[in-house]
Amino acid sequence: MNNYPQDLLYTPSHEWVRIEDGQTVTVGITEYAQHALGDLVFVDLPKLGVVQIGHPIAVVESVKTAADVYSPLTGEIIEINKDLQQSPGLVNTDPYNSGWLFRLKIKSITEDRARLLAPHKYQALVESSS
Amino acid sequence: MSQQTFLYNLHKQLNAQLADFAGWQMPLNYGSQIQEHHAVRKQAGMFDVSHMGVVDIQGAEATAYLRHLLANDVQKLQNGKALYTCLLNSQGGIIDDLIVYRINPEHYRIVVNAGRRSVDVDWFKQCAQTFKVEIRTRFDLGMIAVQGPAVMSLIEKLFSQGLTQQIRALPPFGFTLYKDWHIARTGYTGEEGIEVILPGEQAPVFWRQLLDAGVQPCGLGARDTLRLEAGLNLYGVDMNEKTSPLESNLAWTVAWQDAQRNFIGRDALAQQMNQGLQQRLVGITMQQPGVLRNHQRVKLNEKIGEITSGGFSPTLGYAIALARIPMGSEMVAEIERRGEWIPVTIVKPPFIKKK
Repeated sequence: MNNYPQDLLYTPSHEWVRIEDGQTVTVGITEYAQHALGDLVFVDLPKLGVVQIGHPIAVVESVKTAADVYSPLTGEIIEINKDLQQSPGLVNTDPYNSGWLFRLKIKSITEDRARLLAPHKYQALVESSS
Repeated sequence: MSQQTFLYNLHKQLNAQLADFAGWQMPLNYGSQIQEHHAVRKQAGMFDVSHMGVVDIQGAEATAYLRHLLANDVQKLQNGKALYTCLLNSQGGIIDDLIVYRINPEHYRIVVNAGRRSVDVDWFKQCAQTFKVEIRTRFDLGMIAVQGPAVMSLIEKLFSQGLTQQIRALPPFGFTLYKDWHIARTGYTGEEGIEVILPGEQAPVFWRQLLDAGVQPCGLGARDTLRLEAGLNLYGVDMNEKTSPLESNLAWTVAWQDAQRNFIGRDALAQQMNQGLQQRLVGITMQQPGVLRNHQRVKLNEKIGEITSGGFSPTLGYAIALARIPMGSEMVAEIERRGEWIPVTIVKPPFIKKK
C-alpha cells in the first residue's frame, strides 16, 4: 500500500520534498507516482541552475509512459542524483531515499513551505482520486 | 463490459495489475514488467493468451479454401506443422496476422489476435461461401504460452516422458496433439518454448503446475517488450488494413511460387511491386539515453517517417523501435523528441538474436 513518510512535504503533482536545512531541500517522486509509472528505464534530470515553482524540469520514463516532474519550489538546482543514470529503477524500489532526483537551494523555506502539502493532506488527495 | 479468461481468478490471486485489452481483463504485470522480461530471456516465463481467438476450419475443401484465403501457402504444410501468414483484403491490406496449424488436410486450426477475432471470422465466413468448409470458433479452449531457455528442460516436470520426448523433438512451428491438448513450438518472444491450447477448465490447474515448476507469470507489458526485441510486429500498431505485407517487413510471408494460386490480395500486391513500393518498415535503435515512442517523427535526408512501435530494450539497455519510413538506403536518421532531433540508427530487425 502507499507510504507517506511523515517527515516530508508533498505536491499535488506527486513530488516529495525533504528539508535538509534552512536553505536546501531534496526532491523526488512519491511511492504512488512510481507505482503508477511502472519500471522506470530513464530519468532525464535537469541541468544545474535556477528553476521556477511549478515548471516541468525533469522527465521520468517507463517503457510505455513519460511523465513530467515539476519543481516544487523556486530555487537553484545544486545537485542531481547521478546514480539514476545507471539505475533508474532506484526510483521504483526506494523513491524516498536512494531514488531522490535533485537538490534545490532555496531562499526561504518558511515562505515557500506554505505551498506544499503536509503528509495527511497529500494522503487525502491520493486516496480521494483512487 | 470486459471479458475474463479462464485464468482470471489466478491473476487476481497473484496480485496482477489488470487492464482492459481488446475487451478482456488481462494482466499487465505481476509486480515488475522488467523482471518478467528478464525471466523469459534467462529462464522461463508464462503468458495467459486465452483471449486470442482459436478457430477450427474443417471440411473436404479446407486446403483449397485456405490456399485462397491466406497470403502464405498452406500447401507447404504437413500434419503437425504450422505457418505464420497475413490475412489480406483485396487491396492487399492486412486484416490480421495469424498462425495456421495443419492437423490434417481437412482440418486446420487458426489462432488470431484477440482484437480482430470478430472481424476475422466474419471475413472467413464471407470467403467460405464457395467452399465446402465449416468454421468453428473454439470458445471452449484456453491458451498458455511458456517461453524461455529453460522451458524444454522443465517440461519433464509437467508431461509424461513420452510426451516430453515428443515435444522436444518438434521442429520450430511443429506441434503435437495429445488428448484435447495442442502443444506447439511457437511463440511471440524470440525464445525457445511452447504454446499450449487446452480445454479452458483445465487451464488453471496447468497454470498452477507451471508455477510449481518455477515458471514466472508474465503480463502484457513484458509480452510487448519481448516481441519488440524479437522484431515481431503488433497488429494495429505496426500494420493495419491500409498497409501491405510488403510495407510491413513481412514480404517473406507472401508465397508467390504457385502462379495458379490466386490468393486474396495477390493482384494488388503484384501491382504494388510493379509501381514500386513507397514505404518500408525498419528497425531503429537510439544510443542516447531515453525511450522511443509510438508516432515520434523520423527524419532521413528530407523525408519524414514515423515510429510505429517505440520502446526500450531491457536486454540491450537502449531504446529500440519499429518505424515506417520512405524507401531508401539510409542507415542513419533522426527522431524528434521534445523539440530536439536526436540521431538514431536504422537496423534490420530482430534487435536480439532469435533462438
